[in-house]
Amino acid sequence: MSEPTRPSRRLDTLGTKELVEVRPGAYHDSVTLMRAGRRLTERPGVSAALTAMATTLNVDLLAEMGFTPPRGARPDDLLVAIRADDEAALEAARAAVDELLATRAAPRAFGAPPPARTTGSAARRIDATVALISVPGPYVFAEAMDALEAGLNPMIFSDNVPVEHELALKETAARRGLLVMGPDCGTAVIGGVGLGFANVVRPGRIGLVAASGTGAQQVMSLLDEAGAGISHVLGVGGRDLSAEISGRSALQALRALDADPATDLIVVVSKPPAPEVGDLIRAAARRLATPVRFGLLGEGGADLTAVAEDALKAVGAPVPSWPSWTPAARAHAPRRGRIRGLFAGGTLCAEASIVAGATPHEMTDLGDDRYTRGRAHPMIDPTLRLERLAAETASDANAVVLIDVVLGHGADPDPAAALVPLVRDARVPVVVSLCGTSGDPQGRDRQARALTDAGAAVFASNAAATRHAVTLAEGS
Amino acid sequence: MRGRDDDGAGLGGLLTREVKVVAAGASVLADALAEQAVPVEPVEWRPPAEDLAGDLAVVMGDRRRADANAEAVRRMLDARPHLVDVRPASEVLGIERGAFLHAGPPLTWDRASGPMRGALIGAALFEGLADTPEDAERMLRTAPIDPCHHHRAVGPMAGVVSPSMWMFVVEDAESGGTAYCSLNEGLGKVLRYGAYGPEVIERLRWMAGDLGPALRDAVRAHGPVDLRAIMAQALHMGDELHNRNRAATSLFVRELAGDLAEAGGAEALRFAAGNDHFFLNLAMAAGKVSTDAARGVPGSSMVVAMARNGTDFGVQVSGTGDRWFTGPAGVPDGLYLGSYGPADANPDIGDSTITETTGVGGFAMAAAPAIVRFIGGEVPDALAATQRMYEITLAEHPAFQVPILDFRGTPVGIDVTKVVRTGLLPVVNTGIAGRVAGTGQVGAGLVSPPAEVFPQAVRALAEEATITP
Repeated sequence: MSEPTRPSRRLDTLGTKELVEVRPGAYHDSVTLMRAGRRLTERPGVSAALTAMATTLNVDLLAEMGFTPPRGARPDDLLVAIRADDEAALEAARAAVDELLATRAAPRAFGAPPPARTTGSAARRIDATVALISVPGPYVFAEAMDALEAGLNPMIFSDNVPVEHELALKETAARRGLLVMGPDCGTAVIGGVGLGFANVVRPGRIGLVAASGTGAQQVMSLLDEAGAGISHVLGVGGRDLSAEISGRSALQALRALDADPATDLIVVVSKPPAPEVGDLIRAAARRLATPVRFGLLGEGGADLTAVAEDALKAVGAPVPSWPSWTPAARAHAPRRGRIRGLFAGGTLCAEASIVAGATPHEMTDLGDDRYTRGRAHPMIDPTLRLERLAAETASDANAVVLIDVVLGHGADPDPAAALVPLVRDARVPVVVSLCGTSGDPQGRDRQARALTDAGAAVFASNAAATRHAVTLAEGS
Repeated sequence: MRGRDDDGAGLGGLLTREVKVVAAGASVLADALAEQAVPVEPVEWRPPAEDLAGDLAVVMGDRRRADANAEAVRRMLDARPHLVDVRPASEVLGIERGAFLHAGPPLTWDRASGPMRGALIGAALFEGLADTPEDAERMLRTAPIDPCHHHRAVGPMAGVVSPSMWMFVVEDAESGGTAYCSLNEGLGKVLRYGAYGPEVIERLRWMAGDLGPALRDAVRAHGPVDLRAIMAQALHMGDELHNRNRAATSLFVRELAGDLAEAGGAEALRFAAGNDHFFLNLAMAAGKVSTDAARGVPGSSMVVAMARNGTDFGVQVSGTGDRWFTGPAGVPDGLYLGSYGPADANPDIGDSTITETTGVGGFAMAAAPAIVRFIGGEVPDALAATQRMYEITLAEHPAFQVPILDFRGTPVGIDVTKVVRTGLLPVVNTGIAGRVAGTGQVGAGLVSPPAEVFPQAVRALAEEATITP
């Protein structure tokens, strides 16, 4: 009467060093699987490994990695593929999979209910206000509808949610007086609680409506540094201010923050909206009792730091000089050339490109879909960026390498640890935009010192970091 | 949906209430909340086995769905089934001599399994339509056969009904609907398991000649018998009302004993009291009248029938009319009588899954620890089986409670969208018929519907959803 357990089948063994295994019905979330795959790859003697659900995408990825894809695997089957130098390493890695994927089954009291299997079921068990949804995009709709029907506000972390699903969810939310945060919403702070990737910020009077995840993290971190603090950060998703979605969530969020007695100033952080949506939002903002400032990246030359400074002025708070940490000695003679940006934060990447302006630069957002296929976001899994960083800091094509390090809940617990050796060995100057607060679990200042000791110049302001990179790239 | 104390800020108190979170997906995000000491209820989410995301979204986005399901489940739970009469099938079902009803979705003789053919042969012999099984078989190749479900009726196992058999007449005091079920023959060599030997036919003749009329007289003298009340009590007494009906049978016999005695039905009383499954057919008729009340609600994704004919397992859904979604019936997993084994078992058969459809049977397994080992499990398995069914149902039964789960109502109202989303199939307790015609019962155990019937239903609901997101 318990769940059927089916034995795993070894479908294919090529030579003695490679295996592809299908484990029917053994589901794990993508982040857990990616981390397990990374750990396997780090094992001695293992040259390649993939642990992933057998979706079409992942089966293709398996083929690209040179494995023979199994036939007849279903999306709810687990794929385990390992390539190793010898049989012993292969067998050891295979044995390690179970340990890496072991779920921490809580001891259950006699008759205690099994875990909830849908958002609706979980919502009946807790008096929640938020459903944090990070299932694969095409499956988000059912979970988010469950949340709305139970009176919960969905925060949709997932990307790849069809736009028609987003529209239907936001229309339903409007009818029910709820807010859909997302899709592709990486950040929210509600009553001091960080959801998704969020920095630990002191409570304050400024509320953010954010259509941009790392943009909001930059602004909230700077406001925290200035001592102003944050009431709430309501993410609305990168597509909310498009013509199709027409700011449905932004309008809901504005009204909610207007009614919130803790919020004295609202800042809308976004890339420039579709023109007609911009007009709509501005018109709605004018009707509110609470003043609203628009921090629209690139519009009128605004950068995120300027947005934070504008907000501080609006509440009459002093603008501090933003922290920076410079290495004791310059390790590299300046020379003119290109800025090479390697970013985990999409908005930080876009901002760097805007600030760099005419200075030769190539900014890459490694959190873009093109790079996250079959991998976790670089804020969770830094492997790809570390590889790129090693290559770019060894290249004579670059005058300076600019990277961001985003701290906070959900992010890598010690990002500097992996970066330090690469910065130390770099043949070009490395500039770091360090987005975080002194309250973040990683410890912003400790991260900054580690990076500075290795020779990097570190800035709390992404715009300031980029300007410093520009100075270096211009040969001064 | 739960009522909420909303404040001026709206959003269900998002900015004013303590932050508590339901988390579905990447565990790293739930962990980050736990590190902030935020209460989190995790969802053990898994991708559906079939790529149904598009159709599922259409159904989930159907604006009628929530209200339609609330209406369908309300009608099913509001039903007040009462036994009001006992009458011959010829009088109440409108079937002519030479026609037969059977369990499950529609079937032809060519595709019928051993026990189904055996039961039809037995019914033909009982009706005097043939003298030998061979004659009966020849006659049955062209005889009209039709599902019980198409005639407001249900039948256990083969579920074969012929005009001379007597039927329980069950009315819903709430909706006014009526449903019918045959009288239970007891265990061993019986028609419903496909046996058609002389003792089977002889028993059927006695049931039509003596048992039926005695029960009719007693029920008429007694007045309507409240079946819901008996079922609710029986669940408190260790029945789950599919594989265990001992308590319900006792309560029913006690209720009717005086009137049966007065009607001269001592033999009937002895027969009913000696058959632990006598009440099953009443529970089934009660289930049928309740689910029929919930049929035809446009947009509803609630199951209103699960039934097997020994070849196919079929389900019907409130929002898709009388359409059957079928797949091959599985062989139950369980314990076998005597020297019988799985090789002797016929695929799943019978309309008795109407009990699971209405929140009893396998769904109330936790109420019947006494039979857990009979179907090959342990007591914690029984609790887990019932608890798991809350994940795929719309409601908790207001009258049917499970004492060991702190009198929680049984899970009721299977939602095909939830079955597809969770991959959890309805758990069914069942008897196992021998695969060779004439064998009878060989065991009892658990079975699941074929997984593919639920995606079929979701696709049909998606087609039917006229208002798309």
